Amino acid sequence: MNYKQYFPVFQNRKDMVYLDSAASSLKPKKVSDAITDYYNFYSGNIERGVYPISFEATAIVEKVREKIALFINASKEEVIFTRGCTDSLNTVALSLKENLKKGDEIITTELEHHSSFLPWLKASEEKGAVIKFIPLTEEGKITVDNFKKVLSDKTKIVAISHVSNVMGYLTPVKEIIALSHIKGAIVSVDGAQAAPHMKIDVKDLDADFYSFSFHKMCGPTGLGVLYGKKELLNSMEPVELGGEMNDEVSKDNVTYKNIPYKFEAGTMPIAEIFGAGAAIDFLNEVGFGYIEKRDKELSGYAKKLLRSIPEIVIYNDYEESPIIAFNIKGIHSHDAVSFYSENNVCLRAGLHCAEPLHKWLNITASLRASFYFYNDESDVEKFIFVTKKAIAFFKEVGYLE
Amino acid sequence: MSDMNSIYRQVIMDHYKNPRNKGLKEEEGYVLCHLKNPSCGDMINVESKIQNGLVSDIRQDGQGCSICCASASIISETLKGKSVKDALNIIDNYLKMVSNEEYDKSIDLDELAVFEGIKDFPARVRCASIAAQALRKTLEKEEKNA
Ligand SMILES: Cc1ncc(COP(=O)(O)O)c(C=O)c1O
Repeated sequence: MNYKQYFPVFQNRKDMVYLDSAASSLKPKKVSDAITDYYNFYSGNIERGVYPISFEATAIVEKVREKIALFINASKEEVIFTRGCTDSLNTVALSLKENLKKGDEIITTELEHHSSFLPWLKASEEKGAVIKFIPLTEEGKITVDNFKKVLSDKTKIVAISHVSNVMGYLTPVKEIIALSHIKGAIVSVDGAQAAPHMKIDVKDLDADFYSFSFHKMCGPTGLGVLYGKKELLNSMEPVELGGEMNDEVSKDNVTYKNIPYKFEAGTMPIAEIFGAGAAIDFLNEVGFGYIEKRDKELSGYAKKLLRSIPEIVIYNDYEESPIIAFNIKGIHSHDAVSFYSENNVCLRAGLHCAEPLHKWLNITASLRASFYFYNDESDVEKFIFVTKKAIAFFKEVGYLE
Repeated sequence: MSDMNSIYRQVIMDHYKNPRNKGLKEEEGYVLCHLKNPSCGDMINVESKIQNGLVSDIRQDGQGCSICCASASIISETLKGKSVKDALNIIDNYLKMVSNEEYDKSIDLDELAVFEGIKDFPARVRCASIAAQALRKTLEKEEKNA
């Protein structure tokens, strides 16, 4: 199946090999059409209007919320629209930190994206709580056994990614959540890299909070979801205050709306929510069975070819994952990525917002190739061809011996 | 691949492989600036010493890509011995050159001219600029103190 035809960006960039979907996926026409539909046919505000363009747009927004609820197996009022995964993760930390006391423990990992880790680092500093890191295995993985080593009666929060954005490993979150709940701890899962690639079932995971961004899953930028368990959301204070999130406001008092609206202050990104509905439809049509199969085939093929190049070092060659973390030995990733870019291969270089992990790996920066279902075998072959060409080039200019 | 050749020139490779003025003095009279590019992990330290209005010494240290490290080395060599005023002027024009902005072509940038090709690589402007920015900070700091 050639999925590239659904992505307008390729019309003007036929030869582009896009291997940076972990940073942001490409967007299909269906999604940009849905966004412009809002501007062309509705264009009014939602929730507050009493005329057609407003109540019709409100109905569509609520329909999208239902779609997302179904997509992750939540109920509708548990789906909060946010500015993105970063916003979702910050909201959880900012609201829950008020319950933290001196000496409480927060468990996280060195694999985390900065947006999963930093809100808790700040909260811990403010409240005198202690951050504990799950020791990673030699391969850089999180295991249930190592989680048990840091879990204690003092654990109040576990902030953990479902899939690492550098290594691509799948965290055993279901087991970790079950163990955390025995201790009464709350688990906030960063699903930014998981939601685009696999069926998420928040009930099955029993996650307390689950966050993700639409721009990594064929959807619009500037929109994310915070899933939270009803009873938790009901007991929490909102972080942002403003219009449309309150019930009654007097000069000295305010009561809030019910969830999810309590957490949605101000005018929402309505056009993006329209786009998100189209993205969910699109992913459902493609199907996670197909997505997982292609993730494995493409990254497996690329890894096999990379392994045969002696100048290449792969950092996560222990498990199937749509992400390959690697370097050309002796070449700084930023030098390498310019060569790829000049040859129309889009990779990511640097720290990928995961500096603690690079310290753990004891490297200053890495290259990352990430695959999605619209990539194909010819992308892999061009990537390998350019890799070999890069090595030859850097030898020729005297960079590599 | 003429474009890539325009930035990976022999001079740049030579400075990357054999950096000049490498290692910090951390002595009295030296002013230090530490700059970092948080997205790619480049990290540069530049130290300078001013005597009688002249930049009498520049030391540099850090880690990063070849462009970042070579620019630190070339800057340290090119600007050593210049007056503070001339050094600041060269830095200013060098930064404009790599950012593809108008700059005063009558000023002799010496070996720093090898970075002209960077203007065609927007993603690398920061790599070529970070050491110059650090040195500018140390010189400005010293000027203020003087
Ligand atoms: C694992 C992980 N968490 C969180 C984020 C933050 O997502 P966003 O920048 O869309 O808020 C990212 C995005 O790079 C990510 O990869």
